[in-house]
Amino acid sequence: MTTVIPFGPQHPVLPEPVSLKLEIDNDVVVGVLPSLGYVHRGLEKFIDTKDYNQTTYICERICGICSALHGITYTRAVEKLFDVEIPERAQYIRVIVGELNRVHSHLLWLGLFADGFGFESLFYECWKYREAVLDVLERITGNRVIHSISRVGGVSRDLTKEQIDMTLKMLDAVESQVKDIEKVFVNNYTVKQRLVGLATMSKQLAYEAGTAGPTLRGSGNAVDVRETADWDIYKDLGFKPVVEKDGDCYARTKVRITELYESIKLIRNAISKLPNGEVAIPIKGFPTGEAIMRTEQPRGEVVYYVKGNGTKNLERLKIRTPTFANIPSLLLMLPGVKLADVPIVVLTIDPCISCTER
Amino acid sequence: MSLAKSPWIIHVNVNSCNGCDIEVVACLTPLYDAERFGVLNIGTPKQADIMVVTGSVNYKNVNVLKNLYNQIPDPKVVLAVGACASTGGIFHNCYNVIGGVDQVIPVDAYVPGCCPRPEAILDGVVAALSILEEKKKGNIKGKEVKLKGSEVPSNA
Repeated sequence: MTTVIPFGPQHPVLPEPVSLKLEIDNDVVVGVLPSLGYVHRGLEKFIDTKDYNQTTYICERICGICSALHGITYTRAVEKLFDVEIPERAQYIRVIVGELNRVHSHLLWLGLFADGFGFESLFYECWKYREAVLDVLERITGNRVIHSISRVGGVSRDLTKEQIDMTLKMLDAVESQVKDIEKVFVNNYTVKQRLVGLATMSKQLAYEAGTAGPTLRGSGNAVDVRETADWDIYKDLGFKPVVEKDGDCYARTKVRITELYESIKLIRNAISKLPNGEVAIPIKGFPTGEAIMRTEQPRGEVVYYVKGNGTKNLERLKIRTPTFANIPSLLLMLPGVKLADVPIVVLTIDPCISCTER
Repeated sequence: MSLAKSPWIIHVNVNSCNGCDIEVVACLTPLYDAERFGVLNIGTPKQADIMVVTGSVNYKNVNVLKNLYNQIPDPKVVLAVGACASTGGIFHNCYNVIGGVDQVIPVDAYVPGCCPRPEAILDGVVAALSILEEKKKGNIKGKEVKLKGSEVPSNA
């Protein structure tokens, strides 16, 4: 006989409201029914009342964790409508801020995940290191959380010499700190007991379920939009996708830790190759036509579809966020998992509900 | 006095973009360390004194919010963190947004900003503490909020 146990919307381990109805048979999950809509604001309709420049700020407020990357993806999509090439320095600054965003997001997730399996001091460590990244982001962009660096036509602020020095100094410190916490996440006996072999997804299943981001790469699929999408800068910076084969919670954790090193490397390379020149070009007229833009966010691939009709307002804005793609794979992962492990498995897809529901 | 020394908070995310949420959690981590004031983030409303709400209210989560508010024992204080929780913020015109938290439950203190800095949130918690003490002295009870969906305000 199965019992239905509601998980959420208010749950200590979840920073955001999502409701899962878990069908339990003798402490083992046999079925899951998600219920979404607790964070739905209706942003895709809301842009009707805003012009295409103001929409940048709306897009940045879709999610407070990957806000810079939402803004960057939106502005790149609109630039595709205008068919303009923005200055190279602006593109590099976007990459630097975007990757700093990824570093802080992954550290945030590692902390929440550590709290999820009961390592409270490790949670504090991760968030302590994250504050250094936020300090740099605040120095560069002027805000801790909502960065507003990207504009249609370039970026809003230039990088100064002091900011670059501060960034490099911070990266050195964070890299050695990540090495410290990596020892716990990868080698600790208790952590391995909890994570190895939990909620395994095969390579084939992860691909077919349309999984995105570190969840997909943890299952052995080398799919990363930074490598495949038409943003040449990442190829110049020598980007390589991070892949783990096992497909369990442990592999997904290792992907995110290795991605921290990869992002730190990318920022260093971007700073060393940073060209001189303008950071923005003026854009005239109103957007027409359709465009699709893809970017790799900390949680996976985000797809923006924009349609302009020659007026200052966009006709349509459609966003497919990574967690929207990952929730079906979560439903495939959960059956067979013990009830006590459900919070950890939910956390391993790095759920961002406010992105998903907008 | 013991209540003032260790207020336990419940953090409720109703319609937030995560920005204010992570800043509320950042308050509890070593750099800002709210725990030195005895502030403890507790998962259950039954043991909480201060309700920290982030985000505006929408038609789906309005009853979740009211339900959590009703479960907190008296005296209780509600702290609205961020522009969305205070007024609805830039989303106040969206079709699914009812408005700020004070449209649905009584709010005692507001923290402005998008997002507010952790220092501002801590300041709000300290302000909420003195309100909590006053409510305790005056034996002021929060009124029961009805759970009917039709109670949604007319300007929504």
